[in-house]
Amino acid sequence: MSAVLKLQDLCMVFPAATGGGSVTALDHVNLEFQPEEFVVALGASGCGKTTLLNVMAGFLQPTSGSILLHDQPIVGPGRDRGVVFQKHALLPWLNVLENTAFGLKLQGVSESERIAIAQENLGLVGLTDFETHPIFQLSGGMQQRVGLARALTSDPEILLMDEPLGALDAFTRENMQELILQVWEKTKKVVFFITHSVEEALFMATKLIVMSPRPGRVTHEYDLNFCHRFFEGVNSRKIKSDPDFIKMREEILSIIYGEEIEQTTV
Amino acid sequence: MKLRELFGDSAAATRDPYGAPGTGSSALISAVTIVVILLAWWLITHLELIRPLFLPSPELVWQKFIKISCYDHYSESLMVALGFMAEVTSECEGFSENSLHMHILWSLYRVFSSFFLAVVTAVPIGIAMGMNRYARGVFDPPIEFYRPIPPLAYLPLTIIWFGIGDFSKIFLIYLACFAPLAISARAGVRSCSIEQIHAAYSMGATRNQVIWHVVMKAALPEILTGMRIAIAFGWTTLVAAEMVAAKAGIGVMVLNAARFLATDIVFLGIVVIGLVAFFFDSLMRWFERLLVPWKGKA
Repeated sequence: MSAVLKLQDLCMVFPAATGGGSVTALDHVNLEFQPEEFVVALGASGCGKTTLLNVMAGFLQPTSGSILLHDQPIVGPGRDRGVVFQKHALLPWLNVLENTAFGLKLQGVSESERIAIAQENLGLVGLTDFETHPIFQLSGGMQQRVGLARALTSDPEILLMDEPLGALDAFTRENMQELILQVWEKTKKVVFFITHSVEEALFMATKLIVMSPRPGRVTHEYDLNFCHRFFEGVNSRKIKSDPDFIKMREEILSIIYGEEIEQTTV
Repeated sequence: MKLRELFGDSAAATRDPYGAPGTGSSALISAVTIVVILLAWWLITHLELIRPLFLPSPELVWQKFIKISCYDHYSESLMVALGFMAEVTSECEGFSENSLHMHILWSLYRVFSSFFLAVVTAVPIGIAMGMNRYARGVFDPPIEFYRPIPPLAYLPLTIIWFGIGDFSKIFLIYLACFAPLAISARAGVRSCSIEQIHAAYSMGATRNQVIWHVVMKAALPEILTGMRIAIAFGWTTLVAAEMVAAKAGIGVMVLNAARFLATDIVFLGIVVIGLVAFFFDSLMRWFERLLVPWKGKA
């Protein structure tokens, strides 16, 4: 299988906010995204996760290195890469259905066709009954579901999710984890998902990348399969309290904390 | 009796968070305030504490309203048209050779044509200023320079340049409306979040689509607020604009009345300007609720 997205020796250097120095946000990142992979990036603040996502989305041009989507270099944002943001970023003057169909409207798809596709995706995230609701009447979790349906409607190659559950309460968050996994199982999109939560990362990922700050780089990669147990019908709480899961969680946590201690002592 | 008991207990409604400033309805209190002001006006004039030259009684102003608006003339004309009366007996006197509604219509024409011209020019310029540093660099100095200058100061210049016709009047009001509209449209551009713009681009939007479908829509609440401020500036500038060589208009009516010490007509003109401006502001606020129901909620 050939990789959908390939990052080779990717570097991103920003000029420092004060003084004449510079900050290396990404230091020689090499990653490959295989079809149907759910890649989760985990790391402390400032490790370059969001910078990485922004480069993949095309909002930032890397300082050096290459980023290839099906062997074609990425030069800017495009509808082959759908983005779900931490804050919903929906358009409040449009209702749920119009927001979901917005991308197709931009591409000039006929109204009946774009409504049909949008309705299908709203069904996928369980919002069929809320089509005509204004965005500002929805709860945070529902707004993120609209954001997910909207990203799916453009039928992208890869879904980029920048801490999509970061602003939700703990209960909604766990429901949303399951919902995103179910949507992923049905659509089989390549997903790149950023989170601060180790449990969330372990539960959802088929591939976990751990990043560390100053300079931002990928330090560890793991292949995981806890989400497949969920698809086999195992309750998500049972998965998260499984000894394997807890052992893995402690390992990841010790990497993250270990490195922080290492850095403060240097 | 306590004030709170007099005006109902809405100020202490349980849904308001403890200590939240300024909660509760104020509509009834405002109504009472208006009645008190009118009563005080009536009382002062009827006790003859102030001479009518300085403060005419409410009845006097009302009589002038009936007279200048040619109420008798028009109601008789209506009766004749409906066949209830044989002929119109009372004349339409008006003031300064025009009845009240002609004065109002002339002023509305000046204010709204200026306002319309300002909207179609200032909003695109303001959007351009928000979107593009060249546009901002070009338009910022002239707008910020002329904005704080009182219109009365450059009124002579507009007359020297454009003569005493209606154009210079409309131009003066246009300038008054232009700055708040351009500034609010420019500020409105900033009210859309970078995530909204990024989302549009990642769904394949072009730059023009982002401007039209995201930036302009997000700027709409601010533009509507700018329109309310601009129309108020328009009314403020009206009297200055009508100072030179205007035949009809509420501003002319007030200025001519002041020349003849007809204080009652000055009062009438002020009240009419206030009520008309208030009416259009209410209309704008209604438009706001209709067009931007999401304002302050997203």
